[in-house]
Amino acid sequence: MTMTQKVLASHAGLDKVVAGQLIEANLDMVLGNDITAPVAINEMEKAGLNSVFSTTKISLVMDHFTPNKDIKAAEQCKKVREFARKHGIVNFFDVGEMGIEHALLPEKGIVKAGDCIIGADSHTCTYGALGAFSTGVGSTDMAAGMATGKAWFKVPGAIKFNLVGKFSENVSGKDLILHIIGKIGVDGALYKSMEFCGDGVANLTMDDRLCVANMAIEAGAKNGIFPVDEKTVAYMTKAGVTDYKVFTPDTDAEYDEEMTIDLAALKPTVSFPHLPENTKTLDEIGERIAIDQVVIGSCTNGWLSDLEVAAKVLNGKKVAKGMRCIIIPGTQQIYLDALRSGFIETFIEAGAVVSTPTCGPCLGGHTGILAAGERAVATTNRNFVGRMGHTESEVYLASPYVAANVALTGYLG
Amino acid sequence: MIANGKVHKYGDNIDTDVIIPARHLNTSDPEELKLYCMQDIDADFVKNVKVGDIMVAGKNFGCGSSREHAPIAIKASGISCIIAESFARIFYRNAINIGLPIIESPEAARAISAGETVSVDFDKGEIIAGGQTFTVPPFPPFIQNIIKHGGLLNAIKNG
Repeated sequence: MTMTQKVLASHAGLDKVVAGQLIEANLDMVLGNDITAPVAINEMEKAGLNSVFSTTKISLVMDHFTPNKDIKAAEQCKKVREFARKHGIVNFFDVGEMGIEHALLPEKGIVKAGDCIIGADSHTCTYGALGAFSTGVGSTDMAAGMATGKAWFKVPGAIKFNLVGKFSENVSGKDLILHIIGKIGVDGALYKSMEFCGDGVANLTMDDRLCVANMAIEAGAKNGIFPVDEKTVAYMTKAGVTDYKVFTPDTDAEYDEEMTIDLAALKPTVSFPHLPENTKTLDEIGERIAIDQVVIGSCTNGWLSDLEVAAKVLNGKKVAKGMRCIIIPGTQQIYLDALRSGFIETFIEAGAVVSTPTCGPCLGGHTGILAAGERAVATTNRNFVGRMGHTESEVYLASPYVAANVALTGYLG
Repeated sequence: MIANGKVHKYGDNIDTDVIIPARHLNTSDPEELKLYCMQDIDADFVKNVKVGDIMVAGKNFGCGSSREHAPIAIKASGISCIIAESFARIFYRNAINIGLPIIESPEAARAISAGETVSVDFDKGEIIAGGQTFTVPPFPPFIQNIIKHGGLLNAIKNG
């Protein structure tokens, strides 16, 4: 069995599972946010399901349209807040405590190695970085999960990514995942697991791994998953986790495809509009593209190390005239750490703005919407038509290093 | 169960951001969501769609965000069935879970044109379009049970 199949078998109470098998698995965590949880709550109420399976294994994070952008968004948060209070949900995170859900849950030690997790948010696959099976679902699955603690899954096959070597300077996890999506396409891993292994894994920071697993969905994958090593254990220990489980793939595990990637050969990579698979390396661009806005943040690249990279680039310099540079730390803790490290001061002195944690502009919600004809370079995860605003605007996906440099020059390429 | 209607056809990688843009996600009311269905890719869809119509698309339909608002908006707009070359996995789950019939058939999805009238017989697993019949394998019993109960939560409630 693959690593994913082993986690699933263990949660389904089975000795063995095979790709294609339908199983029912016990859940360690069910997640929802201020957009998806209200739908789930409505569905639960409509179906007359009046209780939750656990008060500690449900997380509700108010991160998308918060601090509330309008009255309707406020009503949605109110609905979730009242539900959390009524059912005594321990992991309810409102403004002041909340961060972007996928940055917050690992940091708080709420998700861990060996867990089986669903979340009504497509980037729930992020927690695979910790060696968990974690996948995005919709609100009805979330409702069923909250009521029963179970979910149905079709056991996925897997693509094995054998990572070797070490990144060159200024290359990061974002470049790795954009490279992979460029190679296999936005449906290249449809219904499958992306399992990462090889000596190169040890050279990835936890922030790199979280970023890579986060965008597995952008290749259509069910989940992305990394092996547990010393770095994973150190990360979880810092988050106060003690009761994790380590699953390793069988030596004779079957994979649908295998691919070896030399990390040293990767270059800074950019996804052009309007699909994450439209990748070019910086040196392939061959033209100067005028950019109006830079966004550094999101569940993909709102980690402390991302802010550190951006601060190094922006230190003592000024954002280009006419450029709007928006920086969004992933969580309150990351914000505070960035503040204490002097990064926030650097950003403000450079002419960037710093926002409280929120998904905000990534999904065209608020705090940085684009007008017709405008272009943004963003460290976010999607560049679909209209994703950050007007349908005639454009989003280019890149790493914090590339994005911060664009903020200084006003141009990509 | 039989669906019969006029086809609205789209290409590959239709993402949930164009099916229902995030700026409209401050509501979860199906009647409101349907007013914006497909807005960013086909501004006339809402005007043209009639109850019972069928949506046909290329590969990876419904990719991107997990928002269940996407199949909810499509269902509320009156679409009776979606036929695609392939579906993104979260959309696939969501559609089944809310009782919106979807069919994966690369042959039918490629052959059917916009504006055609298509008939789908879910029990026989047949799609009839322009004199051609396409057969599709039935859903596994587990999923048939969810569809029979009109969605996942009803299936759970009714055991």
